[in-house]
Amino acid sequence: MSIDKDTVKHISKLARISLDDKKIENLSKDLSSIMKFIEKLNELNTDKTSPLTSIINASLKSRSDEIRDGKIRDQILKNSPETNKEFFVVPKVIE
Amino acid sequence: MSNISEFSLTRIVSGIKKKDFTSEEVTRSFINNSKKSKKLNTYITECFDQAIQSAKNFDKKKDYKGLLSGVPIAVKDLFCTRNVKTTAGSKILHNFVPTYESTITSNLWSQGSFLLGKLNCDEFAMGSSNETSFFGNVINPFGQKLVPGGSSGGSASALAANLTPATIGTDTGGSIRQPASFTGTVGLKPTYGRCSRWGIVAFASSLDQAGPMTKNVKDCALLLQAMSGYDPKDSTSVDIKVDNYTSKLTEKIKGLKIGIPKEYRVDNMPNEIDNLWKKGVDYLKDAGATIKNISLPHTIYALPAYYIVAPAEASSNLARYDGVKYGHRAKGNNLVEMYENTRSEGFGDEVKRRILIGTYVLSSGYYDAYYLKAQKVRQLIKNDFNKAFTDVDAILTPSTPSSAFKIGDKKDDPVSMYLNDIFTVPVNLSGLPAISVPVGYDKNNLPLGLQLIGKAFDEQTILNLSLAIEKRANFNKKIKVWWN
Repeated sequence: MSIDKDTVKHISKLARISLDDKKIENLSKDLSSIMKFIEKLNELNTDKTSPLTSIINASLKSRSDEIRDGKIRDQILKNSPETNKEFFVVPKVIE
Repeated sequence: MSNISEFSLTRIVSGIKKKDFTSEEVTRSFINNSKKSKKLNTYITECFDQAIQSAKNFDKKKDYKGLLSGVPIAVKDLFCTRNVKTTAGSKILHNFVPTYESTITSNLWSQGSFLLGKLNCDEFAMGSSNETSFFGNVINPFGQKLVPGGSSGGSASALAANLTPATIGTDTGGSIRQPASFTGTVGLKPTYGRCSRWGIVAFASSLDQAGPMTKNVKDCALLLQAMSGYDPKDSTSVDIKVDNYTSKLTEKIKGLKIGIPKEYRVDNMPNEIDNLWKKGVDYLKDAGATIKNISLPHTIYALPAYYIVAPAEASSNLARYDGVKYGHRAKGNNLVEMYENTRSEGFGDEVKRRILIGTYVLSSGYYDAYYLKAQKVRQLIKNDFNKAFTDVDAILTPSTPSSAFKIGDKKDDPVSMYLNDIFTVPVNLSGLPAISVPVGYDKNNLPLGLQLIGKAFDEQTILNLSLAIEKRANFNKKIKVWWN
């Protein structure tokens, strides 16, 4: 399936990545060639195959429900581009 | 002791213990080399002052209990290191300083090692040539115009140029084994779950696995032992006893059955690679192994399936980079515009391509056609291996379809770049362990490696087989130092 420019615009909106027209055109070409490569899978009949859900045959371990960390607010905020006291700051979302 | 940096990891560990040299002498030797080797562009962050301090502290205390006592190690910049910048080769993390330490690097430090620096890699480990890094191309010591492979290209290059005694990388589709093959070094991708993923910048979580990159097989066994183990902080880490890889390491492999899969003899594969493969077969026969022709019929579908699964998982993992909690932030008139501009400025072209492919294949109406289909194909690929392993103990293949290529050669054609990983990707899709061991050179004097694939959690067998090959191949690192 080829990925036209409108589709690139649509998925870039979903992925929250802004793109200029030049980029959209290049990506339409690149993504189309990648999708063409991927479509080789259609040769295979997989009607009777169940999808892989876990690579290693090991069941997930459960652990006791207890608090093991916490009180690290300053560490969590340390790398934020903008903070105010104990909050992350983002552009205004309510008018 | 100017040649310490040429020693193997094993030799350095024993040399420190026997007081042939101090940790500080070792550390200074690698730092001196590193400082002279800027042209290779292997380091993103140098931690030389702290490393010398750590070495001095070690020499005062002289605690030799660890497997890596007193040894400095530089690591791929995908491992979070406390209070040391961790970029994943991306602009979006150019200023990120973790407040915690990855489990794998913690394991190394608790074995007596310390950090020498953070090594360049493809952006978010997405690439096979190290050309997607925000911090520039890494150069292969085998040639000024050659890529080192990727994504662990900085690690491979630094190791081959004697800038670190050993290193660790990550392997999602071949990112340890392919650069190891391109630089004449040993690289091992452990079984999925053998090494903790906690604190590693995530690319594709069902495929990512950290592993050792070393100058020889014995070093590889040692470093794997230091890294491996169950970690409650990674829910996919597996609680299975870690073998004592070094004490069990042996080239006595008589009676083992080795599979040769016919599907790996691909079109247009250079004769040299085919000949190298035959050499590998001869070496193993000579060591007493039995060779069996086998079939892995779904091999050609591995790369297309990978290019659905890996981007799908990446698009989800990389959703966290939003300019709010950490990393780069761009300006925007409202919240959504800020997100969109941040991600547009922060991610490079290849990362954008993969996020968009991933978003597309997971988008409404396409899930069954792509992601579900790929997971079914993945099951078929895994079944191929399961069937093969009822009959053989390990599988021998080439590591890569070519030797190191020129910078820029494949940059404009993503699919031709992806084809580099044709022999390595099936292993990641199946969660199996595999190692690349250097065997010979092509007509341009560039190194080539062979890959051994093992049963799940049987790293020992592929290490032993690699040792048998290494002893016979007598691979000499033919590098002239041109980059000082």
